[in-house]
Amino acid sequence: MSKITITVNRTEHELDIEPSLLLVDLLRDTLRLTGTHVGCDTSQCGACTVLIDGSAVKSCTVLAVQADGAEVVTVEGLATDGELHPIQRAFSAEHALQCGFCTPGLMITAVDLLGRNAKPTDAEIRDAIKGNLCRCTGYNNIVNAIRSAASEMRGAATSVEAPAEVKR
Amino acid sequence: MTAAPSTTYIGTRTPRKEDPKLITGQGVFTDDVTLPGTVYVSLVRSPHAHARIRRIDAAAARKEPGVVTVVTGQDAGATGVLPVFITVPGMNGSKHMPLATDKARYVGDAIAAVVADSRQAAKRAADMITVEYEPLPVVVDAVKALEQGAPILHEDLGTNLVFTYPVKGGDIDKAFRDAEVTVKLHIVNQRLIPNAMEPRSVVAKFEAGELTVWSSTQIPHFVQLILAVNLGLSQNKVRVIAPEVGGGFGSKLQVYAEELLVAHLARTLGRPVKWTEDRREGYLATIHGRDLVQDVEVAAKRDGTVLGVRIRTVANVGAYLQAFAPGIPTILHAFIIPGAYRIPAFDCEVRGAYTNTTPVDAYRGAGRPEATLAIERAMDRLADEIGMDPADVRRKNFIQPDAFPFTTISGITYDSGNYEPALDRALEMADYKSFEKRRAEAKARGKYRGIGLSSYVEICGLAPSKANSALGVGWGGYESARIRVHPTGAIQVFTGTSPHGQGHETSWAQIAADAIGVTPNDVEVRHGDTSESPGMGVGTFGSRSLAVGGIAVHNAAQKIREKVIQIGAHLLEASPADVVVEGGKVFVKGVPEKAKAFGEISMAAYLASNLPEGMEPGLEATTYYDPPNFTFPFGTHVAEVEVDPDTGSIEIIRYAACDDCGRQINPMIVEGQLHGGITQGIGQALYETAVYDASGQLLSGSMMEYHVPTAADVPAFSLDHTVTLTKTNPLGVKGIGEAGTIGSTPAMVNAVIDALSPLRITHIDMPLTAEKVWRAIRDAGEARR
Repeated sequence: MSKITITVNRTEHELDIEPSLLLVDLLRDTLRLTGTHVGCDTSQCGACTVLIDGSAVKSCTVLAVQADGAEVVTVEGLATDGELHPIQRAFSAEHALQCGFCTPGLMITAVDLLGRNAKPTDAEIRDAIKGNLCRCTGYNNIVNAIRSAASEMRGAATSVEAPAEVKR
Repeated sequence: MTAAPSTTYIGTRTPRKEDPKLITGQGVFTDDVTLPGTVYVSLVRSPHAHARIRRIDAAAARKEPGVVTVVTGQDAGATGVLPVFITVPGMNGSKHMPLATDKARYVGDAIAAVVADSRQAAKRAADMITVEYEPLPVVVDAVKALEQGAPILHEDLGTNLVFTYPVKGGDIDKAFRDAEVTVKLHIVNQRLIPNAMEPRSVVAKFEAGELTVWSSTQIPHFVQLILAVNLGLSQNKVRVIAPEVGGGFGSKLQVYAEELLVAHLARTLGRPVKWTEDRREGYLATIHGRDLVQDVEVAAKRDGTVLGVRIRTVANVGAYLQAFAPGIPTILHAFIIPGAYRIPAFDCEVRGAYTNTTPVDAYRGAGRPEATLAIERAMDRLADEIGMDPADVRRKNFIQPDAFPFTTISGITYDSGNYEPALDRALEMADYKSFEKRRAEAKARGKYRGIGLSSYVEICGLAPSKANSALGVGWGGYESARIRVHPTGAIQVFTGTSPHGQGHETSWAQIAADAIGVTPNDVEVRHGDTSESPGMGVGTFGSRSLAVGGIAVHNAAQKIREKVIQIGAHLLEASPADVVVEGGKVFVKGVPEKAKAFGEISMAAYLASNLPEGMEPGLEATTYYDPPNFTFPFGTHVAEVEVDPDTGSIEIIRYAACDDCGRQINPMIVEGQLHGGITQGIGQALYETAVYDASGQLLSGSMMEYHVPTAADVPAFSLDHTVTLTKTNPLGVKGIGEAGTIGSTPAMVNAVIDALSPLRITHIDMPLTAEKVWRAIRDAGEARR
C-alpha cells in the first residue's frame, strides 16, 4: 500500500492505496465521484478526462500514486459556489450533449483548451477534442458550445479589466 | 383525426431537462450503482471461433482469494435460452444459451462466469480457468457459409441457412426485356461495431423475494418480461431499471446473456452482483451491425425511367440469432429498397447465414441504410451510364406528391411524401448549380472534387401491432403512457419509451404541456423503471419513440385535459365547451380574471367533495397507442468532397441536408439527432469496419483498430427541412433518429465516386479509406497507361 495526498475538487484527501490503482478507479470507486466515466480500455475515448494541475489528462492512463500531491478537478468540481462553469452552461445551451456519457470528459478537455487559447478557431477546437469520442452529437454542437464558452469567458475577462480603463 | 393540436411549446427549442444532472456529473449510469456487499462477475470467453468444449477445469480458480463461485453452462441452465422476438417464414432458429455448453461458435462466446469480491479478483480467477477446446473448421463469410461443405455451426439445423426471404412485385422479366439500359452493382455493406460510448453494464440484487436489475438497455420491459419468464419469477417481483443509458444505437436493444446471468447469480448468491464490460470485451460480446452483400440490377430506359430492380442479398447474422436479427435484413431492408421511387417491378431475395462471428442485429438505421445505399448507388450508376444528371434521374422516378397514399411495388403504403422540394432545397444549400466550376478549380490544383446526393425514404413509427403480427414480429408495436397529476397539481408523465440520449424528458414534457394547457416546467417525465411505468413499454428503437410513444403521451394528456375541463366547468358553473386551460389556469373563455389555478382543479379531483355528478375522484390517465400505419420520413443529403490523388485522403468540403420528419417537437433535438446520425453514416462510408481473419479472430478488436469518427473527421453540417405532416397520427410527427445515418452514407460514397469519375472509377468498397482510394487511383492510372 502507498500513502498519497491528493486534492480533488478543492478537497484534500490522504489515502492509503494499492500502487496499481488507476486514478480513474480512485475517483470512481474510492471517492465515489462517478461523473468521470470509463468508455474504453485503450485510452481512445477520453470519457475519463480530468484536470491534473490544470492540464487535461485521461485518468485511465495515470496511476493514482502518480497524482500524489496533485490538484485534480473532475466534472463535479467544475461549478464553483453553486455557479456553473461557462462551459457547462454552453454545453446545455448549444445542445452539445445527448446521452451525456462523454460530456464530462469533453467539458474538461475544453476547459484545458480555453485555458491555453482564449480564442480558438473551429479547426483548433476540433483538433483539441479529437481525443474525446462522442457517438451521439456529431460534434457540431460541441464545437459551437466551446466557441460560445470562449466568447463568454473573454467577455467576463474584459469586464473585469473594465474598471481599470474607467480609472484612466 | 382530432383538431389541430395546440403548439405553444411544440416546435420550440425548449432547453433540455436532462442536462443539469448530466453536465454536473450527477447522472447515474448503471456502473455508477454500487450496493453494499456487491460481488463482481468476469466471463471466460472462447478464444476460438469454432470449437467443441471438451472440459472445463475451474478448480484452481475456485481456490483464488476472493472468489465466491464459478458457474458454467451446465450450472447456468436455469437461466433458460436467450429470446428472439421475430420469426420470418421458414426460419431455422438457433438455440442460444447464456453460457455455451457444447460448442463455442464465435470468439467471445461466453463459457463460464466467475464471481469474486472485486473486479480484479474476478478477472484474475477467470484467467485461471482451463477450458479444453477441440478447434473446428471456421467460416466467417456469409456467402461461403452457404456453400456446400461449409462448416455447420448448428448441427441440429444441418445448414447455415437461416432463412430465404423473397419480396416481389410486378413483372421483373418484362422489365428487363423492355430495358434499354441495365446497370449492375455488387455492394459490400460492411460489418460495423456500434460503439455506444457507455459500455454495457448490469447490476442485480435479490432481496425479500424481489429481483431488482439495473441495466444499460433500450428495452427495460422486455428485459423484465424475459427475466420473469426464464427465471420462473412472478413478474411483479421483477423490477428492471434503465437509469441513464449512454447511447445504444441498437446495441442495447437485446436481452443479453449477462442480464440473465447476473440476475440468476444475485438470486442464487443472495448478494448484489455487478458486471460491466470492458470495451474490448464489448467488441466481441455486444452485437454488431450491417454485414450484408447485395447484387443489384436495374432495368431502365435511356430517359432515366427505372423499369425494375432485382436484388439478391446475403446477410451475415453471426453465430446466433439475436432478439430482432431476423427482421433487419428482411422486413426493414427488403421492403424499403424502392425508396422514393415509382418502380414498376421488383424482385428481391434475402438469404441469412450463420457464421463464426459475433451476432449481428440492429444498428442505427437497421436495414434501411443498407436498402438506401443499394438504391442510391444504383441511381448514380444509372445516371452515369446514360449521361444524365443524378438529380434529374431521381426527379424522373420520384413518386409524385399527388400520388399519395402510394403503395410501393414492395407492398407498403406511404401515407404522405413530397420529395422534390427537399431535393431542390438540399441542392440549393449545396450550391449544386455551380459545382462544375469548383470541380474545374480543384482540378487546376491537382485535386479531384466530387458531389454526391442521396434521396431516402425511411420506414419509422414501428409499428401497427397487426402489421407486426403479419410480419412475424412476436409482440405488439404500441407504446404506453401514464400521467399522474398529484393533488397539488404536480404532473408526472411515465412513458414506456426508454431514451438514451434522445431527450424524451424534454420533448414529452412539451407535448404534455401543450395538450394539458400548462408549461413544460410543470411536467416531470419519468422513464425506464418498470415498477412505476405502465404495464408494458415497448422501448426506444427504430425511430419509433415520438411517432408512437409521443402520441401515447399526447393522448393521455388529452384525457387529463378533458377531465380538468369537466371539473373546471363544474366549479366555474359554466359549460365545458366554454372552458379553456392555458398556462396552468382554468377559466371561462374571455374571463381569465376569474380563473381557477390548475392546482385547485387537481385538489378538487382528490378532495372529491364537489365533483360533477358520477365523476370518479382522482386525476390520472393511462393510454396505449397502437399506430394505424408506419411513418415515412424522407429527405435529400448532398456531400461535396475533395480527393488528394497523392495520398487518397478525402476532405469533406460541404455537407447539406434537407429532411422532412413532419412536425418537429423540438428543432434543437431534431438537429442534434441529424448531426449524430450523419456522422455515423459518414463513419460507415469513410472510416469504420469490423475485420475478421479467416480463423475468426476479430482484428479490429479495440478502439485502436476501429475508427470511430472524431471531431477532426467530420465537417459542420448545413441543415434545413420541409414539413409534410403525416396524417397517421394527430401530431403529424414521423421520427428522425435514424434519418441522418440513412441519408449520409450513400451521399458520401456517391460524392467520392463522382470525384474519381474522370478516372473511370465506378466503385470502391466501403470504407473509402485513404489507402483504398489511393490504390483505386493508382490502378486506374495504370489501366490508362
